[in-house]
Amino acid sequence: MGNKQTIFTQAQLDAYQDCTFFTRKEILRLFDRYRDLAPQLVPLDYTGKPAVTLPYELIGSMPELKDNPFRQRIAEVFSENGDGNMTLDDFLDMFSVLSEMAPRDLKAYYAFKIYDFNNDDYICKSDLEKTVNKLTRNELTAEEVNLVCDKVIYEADVDNDGKLSLEDFQHMIIRAPDFLSPCRSSPFSDTVSSRGAHLQDWANRSSKKCGAFLMCFLNL
Amino acid sequence: QEKDKEEDESKEEDSCSQQNRAPRKKNYQRSDEKKAEEEGGQQRDKKAPTKEQKESENKERKTNKKEKEGENKQKQDRKNSTSASSNSSDEESLSEEELEMLMEEVEQKKKLISTMRNKPWRMVKKLSVLREAQAFVEKFEGALGKGKGKKLYAYKMMMAKKWVKFKRDFDNFKTQCIPWEMKIKEVESHFGSSVASYFIFLRWMYGVNLVLFGLIFGLVIIPEVLMGMPYGSMPRKTVPRAEQATAMDFSVLWDFEGYIKYSALFYGYYNNQRTIGWLKYRLPMAYFMVGISVFGYSLMVVIRSMARNANESTADGDDDNFIFSWKMFTSWDYLIGNPETADNKFASITTSFKESIVDEQESNKDENIHLRRFLRVLANVLIICCLCGSGYLIYFVVKRSQTFSKMQNVGWYERNEVEIVMSLLGMFCPPLFETIAALENYHPRIGLKWQLGRIFALFLGNLYTFLLALMDDVNEKLAEEDVVKNITRWTLLGHHNSSVENGSIATPPPLDPADVPRGPCWETTVGIEFVRLTVSDILVTFITILVGDFIRACFVRFVNYCWCWDLEAGFPSYAEFDISGNVLGLVFNQGMIWMGSFYAPGLVGINVLRLLTSMYFQCWAVMSSNVPHARVFKASKSNNFYMGLLLLILFLSLLPVAYTIMSLPPSFDCGPFSGKKRMYEVIQETIELDFPLFVAKIFSYVANPGLIIPAILLMVLAIYYLNAVSEAYQRANAELKKKMQMQREEEKNKRNNKASTNPMLEDLEDLLTPSTKSESQPKQAEVKKTESSNRSSPVGKQGKAAAAGGSPMSGGRGAAFAPPPHVFVTQPPTLGVRAPYLGQPRPRGFPPGLVPGRGRGRPFYPHYAS
Repeated sequence: MGNKQTIFTQAQLDAYQDCTFFTRKEILRLFDRYRDLAPQLVPLDYTGKPAVTLPYELIGSMPELKDNPFRQRIAEVFSENGDGNMTLDDFLDMFSVLSEMAPRDLKAYYAFKIYDFNNDDYICKSDLEKTVNKLTRNELTAEEVNLVCDKVIYEADVDNDGKLSLEDFQHMIIRAPDFLSPCRSSPFSDTVSSRGAHLQDWANRSSKKCGAFLMCFLNL
Repeated sequence: QEKDKEEDESKEEDSCSQQNRAPRKKNYQRSDEKKAEEEGGQQRDKKAPTKEQKESENKERKTNKKEKEGENKQKQDRKNSTSASSNSSDEESLSEEELEMLMEEVEQKKKLISTMRNKPWRMVKKLSVLREAQAFVEKFEGALGKGKGKKLYAYKMMMAKKWVKFKRDFDNFKTQCIPWEMKIKEVESHFGSSVASYFIFLRWMYGVNLVLFGLIFGLVIIPEVLMGMPYGSMPRKTVPRAEQATAMDFSVLWDFEGYIKYSALFYGYYNNQRTIGWLKYRLPMAYFMVGISVFGYSLMVVIRSMARNANESTADGDDDNFIFSWKMFTSWDYLIGNPETADNKFASITTSFKESIVDEQESNKDENIHLRRFLRVLANVLIICCLCGSGYLIYFVVKRSQTFSKMQNVGWYERNEVEIVMSLLGMFCPPLFETIAALENYHPRIGLKWQLGRIFALFLGNLYTFLLALMDDVNEKLAEEDVVKNITRWTLLGHHNSSVENGSIATPPPLDPADVPRGPCWETTVGIEFVRLTVSDILVTFITILVGDFIRACFVRFVNYCWCWDLEAGFPSYAEFDISGNVLGLVFNQGMIWMGSFYAPGLVGINVLRLLTSMYFQCWAVMSSNVPHARVFKASKSNNFYMGLLLLILFLSLLPVAYTIMSLPPSFDCGPFSGKKRMYEVIQETIELDFPLFVAKIFSYVANPGLIIPAILLMVLAIYYLNAVSEAYQRANAELKKKMQMQREEEKNKRNNKASTNPMLEDLEDLLTPSTKSESQPKQAEVKKTESSNRSSPVGKQGKAAAAGGSPMSGGRGAAFAPPPHVFVTQPPTLGVRAPYLGQPRPRGFPPGLVPGRGRGRPFYPHYAS
């Protein structure tokens, strides 16, 4: 086996493959990405399961996340204790969920968590306001934000309790025509978007990191 | 024993069955001792991890633990009761039933392992659950499969694993085989999915053209080159004497005259010999069939892909119930990884929100409609004037070029006037239209469609004017041909003065082929026109990109340091990628290819090259010198619009070709159909000469108008019927949608039903509160174990089925630790189910997240029964 194999044991790799949507190679590449964020912190040997966490500042500076208005929420949702600091496991978890192979339900579930800013298992009006402000960079006036939030609640709130439960959210999001669609199929040909290509890309340009690959999530 | 069983089912088992179990167990102890020990060992093994992982809070884990703890407890009990024989520590018996149970459990675990990645848990949890499940499966797979069964099972498992791996690898391989996937992804990540859709369209076009190229080259050009008569063997394959001096000059070749004109790339080069080479390849027949199948294949592909798009678009509902919600939750493009694109996206989301708000507020009020109407009419008038003007300009230019072509010593501009004018029109009219369209003040989405339609009309008008002018040209040539025909005959006759006078052209004249006077060969002329048009289009496109995008970007970038205003933000700024213009350009280019490929078989080859270079060149240009759109153009909505344009163009380009094939006589001295009255006669000839007589007869019957007209009628009727059916379906669909809408409103008003069974929701609930449902399962297993000794397996199965069915009876049995089981037994079986819906909808508050329908394992309403 190659020299890279010493990072994980075979059993660890197998377990990761069963728990994520990645192949062995991709897991190793993701590990490289993780390690590139802080080479001095992350050891090259993970067989002993070292308890290493990377701070949110590093995670949020990744090209995949740095332009995303919800990057902090994403990091918080996927981190173990909700503060945005990530272990390798959290990191793999995040990319697994955000990858193209993850099913709709899973993505919808995590999307709900991301939009649920105050972690009360409901998207209430304050969450919606935060979402709108993040999406528009506070360009809308207070009345407009208010109107939009009211409209959203009016549209999506099935049980009429003034806030969106996970059920409401899924009911709404599953019907969205563009939800995930660029990942599922290209408009003119029936190509399956490739994770192989994405990851190859990573390998090719570890120095010139640009483009948000693998973040095929809730799209357009 | 029956009574025993009854008791077991109905009453508290834990006390009574404990007592009768001990003696029963002993009987089975010996027979399965080995297995029991093995299992026992396993049980002990499992005890340790369960203790370690006590802190885990998820359901799966919990049930596992409970199960094991329960087992352990029972074991302890059993140990106590059978303390005499304490040496054989485990008196687990493995009867058929238990085996089955285990099998089931193993299957469940396996399912869990395979769906582990779909669970919304943390990685630590996933890993530990996975480890546990794997250990369980490993142990029990060994215990379950005995002898060859075990081996077979292991083999099967191995094969399944290999198969999964193979599938994974194959998928990877497949995605790597898709050309330019990475390039397109790169563009997509910088410019959003709308620009990428153009490149995907380009790639699709490339695929289609590659097939056409293979068809034409494989079946027409290569056979001709390999087996046809060589260059110079006959007049049509030779450059005439007058042109020979300059035939190799670049300027001549650049105009596709000279040697290129007399090559296999054009119609005129082909011979009308029925069969060529030792294969007896019927070239004229093949030429005709390929010409038709190019259209057939294109039509098929376009329509298929349109149908697929339509399917996709109807698959996900297009109801407008969630405008704002979707905007809020799905408008961010998570692929964006570039600050500029992100800025634009923020802006576009803001504007789209504002637009929606405005739409919402102004849906009913509409002021100053007269001014707007007037402006719209004015804009349309202006645009129609532009269209007419451009049409006339082209007609005029084409006419002029005909006079030029008769003159000698014309300059480069005169020769290429048509192409230049058409390209200029294509370059300047779309921005003009856009400016005029600003008057109309349409909603941008509608405005875009109008814009597309107008540019389409412009291009189409230009193309058809060009075609009409060409047709004039062809008719002139046809008239000229008659004259030349006579001259040729007389020349030949004169040459054959001494020999026998048969006067037929078919006999090869000893005269040098270059000296034979020949007709104008209008087919080749048409082919050359199309090739020239295509090439000039390619050049204009590339130069436009180079100048309009690249040079402009360089200028803006570098001159900005010493300029009086900000060039990047101000007037010239960087160019945007013009998706609609590019797609339309591509569509029209394809139309020309379709039209021209019959008369210039090499045209498809040129187009393949064009698309290939265009892919790389435009990718580079976009990445290097364009900025993302200010208003993101939703490509996904207009896919079928583009495809519809393509189909229209295909149909329109089919018309002139079909017309020339069916009603114009082919040239007498060039091309594969020379000497025939019409081109399609090649089919009749083949049928008459190569097929048995009755086929010809059948064909003549089929070609009879008396048969064709009813067939067409039948098709029309079928179309009508299918259309009616689809309309009915659509209406039913709309009806259903309305019903759903109404139901939704009702639900909203009712505000009391939360009983939805969404798998993901269940998972969430499981995270929130420990479920009762799965808890009861392992206990049932225990019950089974106790009963297993005096029970035959079918009964057990029945019981299990009942448990799975969730009838209150079995539910009561499952809830072994529930306080008042007696009450539950006495009540009629239906009551338990109906209870939640009887009388008051919510007799008491449920714990949050616990839905009424799910608590069937427990008697929630004991007071109902009494």
